[in-house]
Amino acid sequence: MTIHPDHPIKFSPMHRLQWEEAQQKDVILYPEGMVELNQSSAEILKCCDGTRNLAQIVSDLEQKFATTGLTNDITAFLEVALKNGWIQQN
Amino acid sequence: MAGSNKTNPTTTLRTGITPPRWLLAELTYACPLQCPYCANPIDYAKYQSELSTEDWKRVLTQARKMGAVQLGFSGGEPLTRKDLAELVKHARDLGYYSNLITSGYGLTEEKIVQLKEAGLDHIQVSIQASSQELNDHLAGTESFQLKKEVAHLVKKHGYPMVLCVVIHRENIHQMPEILAMAEELGADYLELANTQYYGWAHANRDLLLPTKEQFEQAEQIAQAFKEKVAGKMKIYYVVPDFYEDRPKACMNGWGTTFLTIAPDGAALPCHSARDLPGMDCPNVKDYSIEQIWYESLTFNFFRGFEWMKEPCSSCDEKEKDFGGCRCQAYLLSGDMYAADPVCSKSPNHHIIQEAIDSAKASALADNEKPLIFRNSKNSRLLS
Repeated sequence: MTIHPDHPIKFSPMHRLQWEEAQQKDVILYPEGMVELNQSSAEILKCCDGTRNLAQIVSDLEQKFATTGLTNDITAFLEVALKNGWIQQN
Repeated sequence: MAGSNKTNPTTTLRTGITPPRWLLAELTYACPLQCPYCANPIDYAKYQSELSTEDWKRVLTQARKMGAVQLGFSGGEPLTRKDLAELVKHARDLGYYSNLITSGYGLTEEKIVQLKEAGLDHIQVSIQASSQELNDHLAGTESFQLKKEVAHLVKKHGYPMVLCVVIHRENIHQMPEILAMAEELGADYLELANTQYYGWAHANRDLLLPTKEQFEQAEQIAQAFKEKVAGKMKIYYVVPDFYEDRPKACMNGWGTTFLTIAPDGAALPCHSARDLPGMDCPNVKDYSIEQIWYESLTFNFFRGFEWMKEPCSSCDEKEKDFGGCRCQAYLLSGDMYAADPVCSKSPNHHIIQEAIDSAKASALADNEKPLIFRNSKNSRLLS
């Protein structure tokens, strides 16, 4: 599965992304399971709001963290996320 | 982008004890079905009292504060509780990810919508078999068509649809049809749960335990299907531990992750724990969840490795499976401190083979005894 570069990416309505105070981390919740996220993965998924495509997400995160060269890392993570059903593209 | 350095307030509270993550709220033992492998205790009929709405809300609030996040509303049939939607709403407000574990009996479209609005995240519907005749026989009630309708409605209203089928000798031959049914119903998750032999299933084991050949054939079919539907349907396959040579890491370790609250308010490290001798399970009407989790004798009983006997105490796999299941060790060997007899290192491992042989002989007998169905009458007779 690959990320379509033009289509907006949205977080799956069949999963829930939320901050867990007791664990001090973001998690993905779904039937019978929970994935604990590190901060960078959580930041990427929070950008998947159904309005932004891959390039926009990369550009927003590079700006937010004042860095460059995130394209490969973000693409690789989003492909994993797509495969796991955490995100969707139309 | 390094991880957070803040300390976790819950885990530093009591050194070495992880907080609960999963809460199973057994709202009631009442159930319109009579499945002969029900996980409720055999003597459930003696527990008549049920927690009030306010008790349940307090339990949910306290456990959530400690870090519990996955919540199952179970039973019995949780839909028999009139305050279900109110409890679902309370759970959603607290940030739980909540699941209704139901037979589907009594789940109307109106109720499905009401629960969605209250914030329920998903619904797990159990189906007993792929044919009406066998489903209705095993459930002890006419429910097959209704369950299929419920599965459609669950999908229609945007819930992830989790289908659960308990597998045993009476339905294992239907594996291909069961998988086809899951596909036709559009299940997002399919739980194929090989029967675990506790409670009612233990009483009916001679009639429920499949042969090794039956199990292997069914597993092969299920594995091939898993590959076929990868990416569309997620399969949870619960292995039948009688055909394994190492025990399951039961409950991910006693008092590490799971908390079950029984209908009368007893707090249990697993749903069979109250069957263990001398296990005087604390009640949420007397103690807070925090006191129960960290301080009670029950929850500390099998924490760590100090309680273990040989061959577990010197075993290099003890951190992987914690010696297996305490309830199974007690049920099969009479000693709750013993290694789970499923383990091939256990001196009691022969008990497993004897159980398999006994079930096989029962299947071949001319007049096999009938299944004992789970109902209040049988509960009183057997306890």
